[in-house]
Amino acid sequence: MLKIRNLSKSFNKDTDNQIDVFNHFNLEIKANKCTAIIGSNGCGKSTLLNIIGGSIKEDTGQIILKGRDISTFREEQRAIYMGRVYQDPSMGVSPSLTILENMSLADKKGEKFTLRRLIKKKNINKYIELLKDLGLGLEDKLDTKVKFLSGGQRQSLSLVMAAMKHPDLLLLDEHTAALDPKTSNVVMQKTKELISKYSITTIMISHNIRDAIEYSDRIIMLDKGQIILDKPSRNVTEEELITIYRTKLDEKIA
Amino acid sequence: MNALIITSLEQGLIFAILAMGVLLTYKILDIADLSVEGTFPFGAFIFAKFISMGVNPIISTLIAFCFGTLAGLLTATLFTKLRIKPLLAGILTMTILYSVNLKVNGKANIPLFSYGSIFDYNSILKTGSSIAILILIVLFIKIALDQFLNTEAGYLLIATGDNESLVKSLGENSNKYKIIGLMIANGLVALSGALMAQYQGFVDITMGSSIIVVALASIIIGDTIRKNSNRIKGTSRAILGAIIYKIIGGIAIDLGLEPSDLKAVSAIIVIVFISYNNFAIDIFGLKNGKGREKYAENKKSLKEF
Repeated sequence: MLKIRNLSKSFNKDTDNQIDVFNHFNLEIKANKCTAIIGSNGCGKSTLLNIIGGSIKEDTGQIILKGRDISTFREEQRAIYMGRVYQDPSMGVSPSLTILENMSLADKKGEKFTLRRLIKKKNINKYIELLKDLGLGLEDKLDTKVKFLSGGQRQSLSLVMAAMKHPDLLLLDEHTAALDPKTSNVVMQKTKELISKYSITTIMISHNIRDAIEYSDRIIMLDKGQIILDKPSRNVTEEELITIYRTKLDEKIA
Repeated sequence: MNALIITSLEQGLIFAILAMGVLLTYKILDIADLSVEGTFPFGAFIFAKFISMGVNPIISTLIAFCFGTLAGLLTATLFTKLRIKPLLAGILTMTILYSVNLKVNGKANIPLFSYGSIFDYNSILKTGSSIAILILIVLFIKIALDQFLNTEAGYLLIATGDNESLVKSLGENSNKYKIIGLMIANGLVALSGALMAQYQGFVDITMGSSIIVVALASIIIGDTIRKNSNRIKGTSRAILGAIIYKIIGGIAIDLGLEPSDLKAVSAIIVIVFISYNNFAIDIFGLKNGKGREKYAENKKSLKEF
C-alpha cells in the first residue's frame, strides 16, 4: 500500500547544526490498517508525516503509494490521494466559511474548480447524512460559520472533510492533542468509526500511548529516525511502551 | 448643498470600484497590496494614452482595466514566485509604475477635456448627470464579483485568504488564487482610475497618492454598517462605505476644510476605526460577542500596515 524506501533527510545540511533525521529509512504500511507512530520529541515522526504529505521534501528516497511513485509530486498533487487532519483545529477548515461551504469545498477535492456555483442543493442531503454520523448536531448548523464552532466540533468536521472522498491514505497528525480529554475521546471514537466504515489506510501520530494502543492495528516506535519497536497493537502493553520511553529518556539525559 | 451631494455621490461611486478591488486583496486574500497606489494613476494614464490615439472611450476604459490586471500580475509574481514579502512586493510595483506612468504619455499631467469620455453616453440614457452611468458600472461589477465569489473558484479564493493549507489539501495551488485575486483587484483599481480621469477631465501623476487609505477608510466605514449582519455582502459594504466616505469629505469641505486637509482626515478616520476595533472599549455598549470575534480576526491583517 504505502512503501517508503531508502529515505534520508537532514536539516541544516552542511552546517554545524546538521541533524540527520532519517538515514536510509524503510517502512511498509499495509492497506486498510491503522498504524500508530509514537516516539519522543525529535524522533522524526512529524517529519515522516510531513515527508509523506509533501510539505517537507526528502533528500533521497522513494515514496510509493498504491504502486505509484509520488516522490516527485508537489504537496497539492499528493493531497489528491491523501487526507490529513492537523493538530490545530483551524488548519483543516476555512474558518470564515460556513459548514455547508466547507463541506462543498471538500467534496470537490481533486476535481477541477470551475466557474460553476459551488453550493449544489442536490448534495446537501449527502452532507447532512455524513454529519449525522458524527452525532454532534452539526447537521443542524450548516449555515454556521466554522469559526463559531468549538475545537472538538471543528476537528470532527476536518476529519469528515478529510475522509469524505475516501482517500488512499489518511494522515492524522496528533489530531486530538489540542483537545480536552473528554472531547479527545469523542473525536478518537469518531475517527475509528470513520476509518473502519470506509476502510481507509491510516497513519496516526500520537503522544497518547493509550490512544495509540486502543485505536490502531499496529504500533511503530521511532527513535532517532529508526524503528525500535514494530508490533501489532494487541500484543503491546502500555507498561512495555512506557518502559521503553523511560529508558530512551534516561539515555538522553545521561 | 445639493450639488455637493451629487458630486460626492459620483466620486463615491468611482471610489466604490476602487474599494471593491481593495476588498479582494485586503479583506478576502488578507494581503496588504500597496501596488494600488500605482495602479490607480496607471489606469488613468493608460486611458489617456488610448483616448488620445482616437480609441473609443469605452474600449479605452476596458484597456485600462486589462493593463491594471497586468500590474496585479507583476505584484503577484514578485511574491509568489520570487518570494518577496507582499507588502514590499506592492511597494516595488508601485515604484515601478510611477516611472511607467510618466513614460506612458511622456508627461506628468494631461488634460482630457478635448477628448470623449464614457460620460458622453449620458445623452443615450437621457440623464443630465454621470450618476446613472456610474451606478450601472458599479452594479455590474458588484453583481459580477458576487457571482464569481459564489463559484467553485471563487470560494477557493476566499479559502486561500482564510487557510492556505486547506486549499493545498484540496489538491489546488493556492498561489494561483492569489494571482487571480491580485489581477482582478488591480484591474478594478485601474478601471476606477480611468473613470476618475474622465470624470475630472485630467490625469495627474499624484492622483494615486494615499489612495490606499481612501480604500481602507471606505471598507472600514462599510464594515460598521450593521456589522453583525451576514446578509450585507462585502461588496455592498465597500460601495456604501466609499459613498459615505465621500459625502463626509464633501461636507467637511463645505464646512470650510481645505481639500488638502482631507488626506489627514481620512488617515485619522482609519486610525480611529482600527484602534476602536483593536481596543474594543465598549463605551457605548455597542458590541456584542459576535462582533468581538469578527474584529479580533481583523487585527491579523491590520498588523501589516
